[in-house]
Amino acid sequence: MIRDITIGQYYPADSILHRLDPRVKLSGTLIYIVCLFLVKNLWGYLIAALCLGAIIRLSKVPFGFIVRGLKTIIILLLFTVAFNLFLTSGTPIFEWKFIRITKEGVSLAFSMAVRLILLILGSSLMTFTTTPNQLTDGMESLLGPLKKLHVPVHEIAMMMSIALRFIPILLEETDKIMKAQQARGADFETGGIIKRAKAMVPILVPLFISAFRRAGDLAMAMEARCYRGGEGRTKMKPLKYHKPDGIAWVAIVCFIALTVVSRRF
Amino acid sequence: MKMIEAKKLIFEYIRRDEEGNVESIDKALDEISLDIEKGDFVAILGHNGSGKSTLAKQINAILMPTEGTLYVNGMDTKEEDKLWDIRQSAGMVFQNPDNQIIATVVEEDVGFGPENLGVPTEEIWKRVEKSLRAVGMYEYRDHSPNKLSGGQKQRVAIAGIMAMKPQCIVLDEPTAMLDPDGRKEVIRTIRELNKEEKVTVLLITHYMEEVIHADKVIVMDDGKVVMQGTPREIFSRVEELKRYRMDVPQITELAYELKQKGMPLPDGILTIEEFTEAMKRLEQ
Repeated sequence: MIRDITIGQYYPADSILHRLDPRVKLSGTLIYIVCLFLVKNLWGYLIAALCLGAIIRLSKVPFGFIVRGLKTIIILLLFTVAFNLFLTSGTPIFEWKFIRITKEGVSLAFSMAVRLILLILGSSLMTFTTTPNQLTDGMESLLGPLKKLHVPVHEIAMMMSIALRFIPILLEETDKIMKAQQARGADFETGGIIKRAKAMVPILVPLFISAFRRAGDLAMAMEARCYRGGEGRTKMKPLKYHKPDGIAWVAIVCFIALTVVSRRF
Repeated sequence: MKMIEAKKLIFEYIRRDEEGNVESIDKALDEISLDIEKGDFVAILGHNGSGKSTLAKQINAILMPTEGTLYVNGMDTKEEDKLWDIRQSAGMVFQNPDNQIIATVVEEDVGFGPENLGVPTEEIWKRVEKSLRAVGMYEYRDHSPNKLSGGQKQRVAIAGIMAMKPQCIVLDEPTAMLDPDGRKEVIRTIRELNKEEKVTVLLITHYMEEVIHADKVIVMDDGKVVMQGTPREIFSRVEELKRYRMDVPQITELAYELKQKGMPLPDGILTIEEFTEAMKRLEQ
């Protein structure tokens, strides 16, 4: 059940996108999301969708694999569409008993749905093409200026990468605990949502205890390997800009320009 | 030259109640004095609660002595400004391989130690390659540690320590969570590092089979060093070992029992080969 989530996973492949500097991909994704909310008309969405399609082709990640990530937000998507469709006031185009659909509602629902879909596809494409470590490295470097404001940037990045490393281990542990409890007659499969949620509590307690124990062990192992924070640390894989990164930046600027121009139509 | 030198080392775990009053004092280490020479392979034996893990943590300066002194590579572990030098010269491998691997890729994990020491980038890559080759895990450098077996993970952890170029490795029950194949794999790696890279090895274990190749065996019980000597010397004292709730290797015990029943076998037989040799000599 937890394994179905594809958002945040890495899809190993050898493409230009995979080799790009994580900083470019991170800022590019952020810019893309901001642009999505600047878009005013159909032209803008068309540009955004076409650009994303081209990038997906470049990434060599199968389209079906990316779309599967949408499954997890389908309920959210339906809710957004329904609320916008039925609750927006304006000129009515369809009326039946208490249901009233307006012209503004249709266009709002449409634009929200497209935005949401493109947003999810765009950001999951970034995580598909970037390893967790590159991602945290990129974030550490992009947030670097915040160090002057005493934000513990290195520590946050380190915590994130350790969290990512322990996700599969804790999933395995959850599985083990569930099986051990099922072997003793615990029931996780029948009953309504509330009953199932209640059945999860006895799993969480041992999971937390073991997570704390692991954290203690890991902290000791890190200290034994001379870890003492970000000060004086060197990097095994330092981030360096290459030629493709420059080209990517040009493409990003072009995309911003296109989006801004599309607002005028 | 001495790698580790302990002088009347005492360590107490002090348990306090909620108001901070001392409830009880457990003496985990009781006047331990020992010397470990550079390049030696030393095994420390002891059943649970004998203080062997506490001693290991002292060597890595994770714990400080309550009384007495401990010198690691000539440095007093109580000197705070030497802390990182001590940890660099005496690396430590722990029991659970999962809880000591930090990165999501094997080579990045091996690079973690040198990164912390501030080693330049090109030098880190050289060290990572060399130590991964030394433990025979170079082909797995771009794998995720989650997909490796227990023995392989533990070898990656050892490579992570080797990349810091320590003079001494302390292994705290590195095989306790592994299957027999993984155990053999790890012990073979440790022996090779000791022979080829001349690293001092301090292996803490409760598996007797793992200590027969050591240069020296130290037996601990209740926070004290109770026996010291070569494996052969130690294992010829079967009765004494049993008193400290230790098992001797099966073949050693068999030879011992046979000898008790009147067969003229030599003391301290450690391997099946030695045993069959001795039996052959008896037949002639």
